[in-house]
Amino acid sequence: MEDILLLEAIERYLNGSMLAEEKAYFEQLRKNTPEIDQMVVEHKLFLMQIEGVSEHRNLKHALNAAHERLLDKGDIYEGGEITGRGKVLQMWNKYKRVTAIAASIAGITAIIISGLINLLAPAPNNSQIQQLNGVLTKVIANQKAFGAKLNEVDSKIPKNVEVTSSGSAFLIDGKGYLVTNAHVLKGSGAVVINNKGEEFNARIINIDVESDIAILKIEDEEYKTVSNLPYSIRKSAIDLGEEIFTLGYPREQIVYNMGYLSSATGNDGDTSSCQISLSANPGNSGGPVFNKNGEIVGILSTKLNTADGVVFAIKSKGIYKLVDELKESDTAVQKIKMPTTTSLKGKSRVDQIKEVEDCVFLVKAYNQK
Amino acid sequence: MLLGYFYTRNGIKTKQVKQEINEQILLRGLVNNESKAIDTIYKENFNMVQSFILNNNGSYDDARDIFQEAMIALYEKAKSESFVLTCQIKTYLYSICRRLWLKKLQHMGRYISQSEALEETVAVEDDLEFHEKRNADFAIMERALGSLGEPCKSLLESYYIHKKGMTEISAEFGYTNADNAKNQKYKCLMRLKKLFFAQYNIGD
Repeated sequence: MEDILLLEAIERYLNGSMLAEEKAYFEQLRKNTPEIDQMVVEHKLFLMQIEGVSEHRNLKHALNAAHERLLDKGDIYEGGEITGRGKVLQMWNKYKRVTAIAASIAGITAIIISGLINLLAPAPNNSQIQQLNGVLTKVIANQKAFGAKLNEVDSKIPKNVEVTSSGSAFLIDGKGYLVTNAHVLKGSGAVVINNKGEEFNARIINIDVESDIAILKIEDEEYKTVSNLPYSIRKSAIDLGEEIFTLGYPREQIVYNMGYLSSATGNDGDTSSCQISLSANPGNSGGPVFNKNGEIVGILSTKLNTADGVVFAIKSKGIYKLVDELKESDTAVQKIKMPTTTSLKGKSRVDQIKEVEDCVFLVKAYNQK
Repeated sequence: MLLGYFYTRNGIKTKQVKQEINEQILLRGLVNNESKAIDTIYKENFNMVQSFILNNNGSYDDARDIFQEAMIALYEKAKSESFVLTCQIKTYLYSICRRLWLKKLQHMGRYISQSEALEETVAVEDDLEFHEKRNADFAIMERALGSLGEPCKSLLESYYIHKKGMTEISAEFGYTNADNAKNQKYKCLMRLKKLFFAQYNIGD
């Protein structure tokens, strides 16, 4: 019985309904008896929780009531399936005829347009595309043919040569220094072509077969120096799973692809390269591999033939290594200043590509016939 | 020309201040459980949240649940002493709902492509964590109440949740006098406290 009175006293104390005199007495009691003090603390916590539950329930109740009220008034809408379908059906019935007319006009227009295109468009393109879709060896043959055709049109590739291979390259210095793969430069000379189709003569400065990195320099009056490259070249390692993207020229147009870093080492545990997962094709070789902040983390170089989507890239560290080595002997290389800051961080991919694509080139290496 | 420019700027500013005051009034109304304020906040924000959830694999019921959950989180935030409104109610509710829904989708093992939010969002992680902690606490109390059995459960609910007086309760439950009802309430309360504190650790 005493306990009931005590608890009642605690409750009255906590909800403030004690008179001043009683309260003073109770507080004295609390001070002197640790057990009672503990009970007060515990009960306060308990009452807070149950008060919280009470508030919660009331609020939920009020919210549901508000929901129903607003539904009734039509301020909010929960399209029950039947009414929803009804509406669509109504619309269909109402606009059936208009829709039919619109559809037939669209159909006729489409037929006319496709007819006109068939009539007016130059035919030979079709066969090209089909050939490109063919087997890999055919692609190479095709490229040769393409090279030959270019000879007729453009003067940058000397007349008496044949294009031996092609790939991608990217600027490491706005003055015109490019990096690509050594295996792309199977030939004695090279031209580079930007994404607008403008060709520039390039000099091969160094081919390092061991690291599979080559450096080119654009030597062409038409080339305009880029003062600030938008990307930087990363010195440190990147993490597994990091999102990456690449730009390259598996065909005459620049092509974008994205993927992720899937292994820190390359083929057979090669630590100078890494494995990435994205779709790459012949011609992507030498292209830059960016991380999402727009730092170049590698040079796309090879892919495994026996498995899908296993692509290897040379780590960007290798570029620094090669340039540093060459600086000791080659005066041309001494002028290279590699970009260390990226202005692409936080930008959308579309904007990043817009800034970067001007710095990625198609390389065509040629040999004397 | 220049004058005109300043004039509009001022116009915008007063409008913003007015809106802020309006939102403060609404939040006070929400804390006091006023149906007018609740209706207004509900009406102005529900449709946006509903379309977000419907567009992301959710149903009408999901939208209702998530939105009401967010309203409760807003209520808790507005009630806390340290409360400051750092963004619009709309932004806050949308952010909470977005987080809650993404979490739920993840829980169900479905992912939606993390497309950039079209609407502005604010960081609500801390608030949500607090909200979830409170929800967990309340769940313990609800469970304790649930396992209490009748008539204890109704008796205690009448007193602590519906705030009825002991005389009213004793009449309602058919006790001969208020003292007997009090006695019974005490027994029930002891059991409830035992059940509650068995799961709720003060140390946490």
